[in-house]
Amino acid sequence: MKNLFKRAAAVTLAAAMTVGFAGCNGNNDSGAGSNNGNGGTLVIGGIGPVTGGAAQYGIAVKNGAQLAVDEINAAGGVNGITLKLEFQDDEHDAEKSVNAYNDLKDKDMKLLVGTVTSAPCEAVSKKAAEDNIFLLTPSGSSLECITAGDNCFRMCFTDPMQGSIAADYIADHLNVNKIGIIYDSSDSYSTGIVSGFEAEARNKGLEIVDKEAFTADAKTDFSVQIQKIADSGAEMLFLPFYYTEAALVIQQAVGKLDIPVFGGDGLDGLIDVLGDNVALAEGVYVMSPYAASSPEAKSAAFTKAYQEKFPNDPLNQFAADAYDCVYAIKQAMEQAGVNDASISASDLCNKVKTAMTQIEFAGVTGNTKWATDGEPEKAPKVLKIVVKDGKGEYEVL
Amino acid sequence: MMSFVSYLVNGLSLGSIYALIALGYTMVYGIAKMLNFAHGDIIMVGGYAAFITMATSWCPLWLSMLITVAVCTVLGVVIEKVAYKPLRGAPPLAVLITAIGVSYLLQNIALLTQTANPRTFTSVAAGAPPFMLAFEGKAPLFFTNAADSPYGDLKPVLTISMETFLAIVVSVVIMIALTLFINKTKAGKAMLACSEDKGAAQLMGINVNGTITLTFAIGSALAAVAAVLMCSTYPQITPYTGSMPGIKAFVAAVFGGIGSIPGAMIGGVLLGVIELLSKAYISSQLSDAIVFLVLIIVLVVRPTGIMGKKMNEKV
Repeated sequence: MKNLFKRAAAVTLAAAMTVGFAGCNGNNDSGAGSNNGNGGTLVIGGIGPVTGGAAQYGIAVKNGAQLAVDEINAAGGVNGITLKLEFQDDEHDAEKSVNAYNDLKDKDMKLLVGTVTSAPCEAVSKKAAEDNIFLLTPSGSSLECITAGDNCFRMCFTDPMQGSIAADYIADHLNVNKIGIIYDSSDSYSTGIVSGFEAEARNKGLEIVDKEAFTADAKTDFSVQIQKIADSGAEMLFLPFYYTEAALVIQQAVGKLDIPVFGGDGLDGLIDVLGDNVALAEGVYVMSPYAASSPEAKSAAFTKAYQEKFPNDPLNQFAADAYDCVYAIKQAMEQAGVNDASISASDLCNKVKTAMTQIEFAGVTGNTKWATDGEPEKAPKVLKIVVKDGKGEYEVL
Repeated sequence: MMSFVSYLVNGLSLGSIYALIALGYTMVYGIAKMLNFAHGDIIMVGGYAAFITMATSWCPLWLSMLITVAVCTVLGVVIEKVAYKPLRGAPPLAVLITAIGVSYLLQNIALLTQTANPRTFTSVAAGAPPFMLAFEGKAPLFFTNAADSPYGDLKPVLTISMETFLAIVVSVVIMIALTLFINKTKAGKAMLACSEDKGAAQLMGINVNGTITLTFAIGSALAAVAAVLMCSTYPQITPYTGSMPGIKAFVAAVFGGIGSIPGAMIGGVLLGVIELLSKAYISSQLSDAIVFLVLIIVLVVRPTGIMGKKMNEKV
């Protein structure tokens, strides 16, 4: 028995060490920029899941931020300061995220881009608020991610905000009044968007004629939801969830429900998943700050640079958000006139957080201004899918 | 009213697919007294087999259907020979865990070879027009193609897709054939005998091992048909496609009385209809809760399921 216990302990230790080494490996390749300015080197910390179930988000953020850092250093840095990205893995776990944060502080981190996912971000932002370290999350979309202090800012829309913007766009630009909603009641992303959408739809006088739910355990058969939406006389179908299920809804609606579809950023990917049936995606509205196939000049340049540097890694709006985060920090530092990397993290935070509310930032994900509570204000980007010769493309509206 | 008919038809279609899968569970349980939890994943493999063969240019539809059925049948028999037969004398729990192991093995092989990205399945009835019903005054009109119909702007009140129709028709045909096979042929009667008493059947000269293999083969072939029907109606396939329908079909088999073949058919169809009607008239979120509530009530009132026979274990 004792022996067994020892063996188990040894295995656990070995596993823990392997994980530790894996983490080290991940860090070595970041921040290889040469010291080309005279302001010294300033460490930007990054935290996100590079392994585990949410890895595609973390990897995209890490790459996006690294791309921006390399570009900035190649162009002479920020007021002569060379940037260096230190990125740590948190496996989408709040406790590991706080550990990563403490570790980064030991590595002289002055600013933090992160964390990538919402729950860890809520934990880390509290620590960052206590230490007065500037935090800019590229993709933490829950409300509590940045409520810990005035040092916390956000690049992406919150889920309710996305819903509210969708309602605004439909009311102002599209000639429809009666909306039918299908949503995933077992997913906080979907319910968050729906709550924001409903509140704003009421203000704008849109009528939600039917609201149908499904859950993660019953997401193949949508015949009932489609029939009920058809019976309700809706003029537009709002689908605030991910492209996998949306593809099923759209295919099952053929011949039964023929109204335009409007979706959130989760629908980016619909074109690929539909494959040969891509014609069904014709006219679908997708609200995404960034789409890899977007024809817009800024997005296209970013897509090209990213794909050249990381040809095998995921490219999604997370990468674009992270890329914008680093450039927004650069602009804020220039606005505040920071030119010495030896400034303390707290002093830097005070300067940058004031500057953040003054700048007007033009990024890949749109033109952004920040309020003092750290929430971004930017115009939504609505894309419409057009199908030409059997190939789906986005048209920017 | 027409919405109700539409829900009912869709429920029957979903239920027929559940019933086809449940037959595999119930036949294997009846004879081998084991729960084959890898059954759902055989459906997934069948889905991919159909997906891959249909994507090739040289393979006509009928051939890819045959290949799908062959792949699933061989897979079912191989799993039985490799994973279950050596454990025939082992405690039931060991076989159950092995079945769960096989299920994960199949899922992970699919994840490795086919990736987790969902693929869009091309329906076997792709391009076939749906059936439609419209009323002109009081007279009902049936037609199949809205664009070519001579009825002008008549809006159909009921639309039934070809996939839904196919699922019901194919399932009914298969169920009739299976019932005839079991009751009229020697091999079928041997299956019945084995499920009653394996020892006595062997004494009467029945090849018990061969009969068990035949049962797995038939069950897996039915899973292949269910896979094609399901992936055509809900045109998407991932390595996890089989797991939820597998669980629902298992519930249907228990609901109808596990071990009973008519029970699996009734259980499957009822489950599908209850699921869709509760989604339509009670709550689209609560449909699964209601399905399982009905299951609990049925089992409390009739512990052996709707058609299950009360068996006295002899000591």
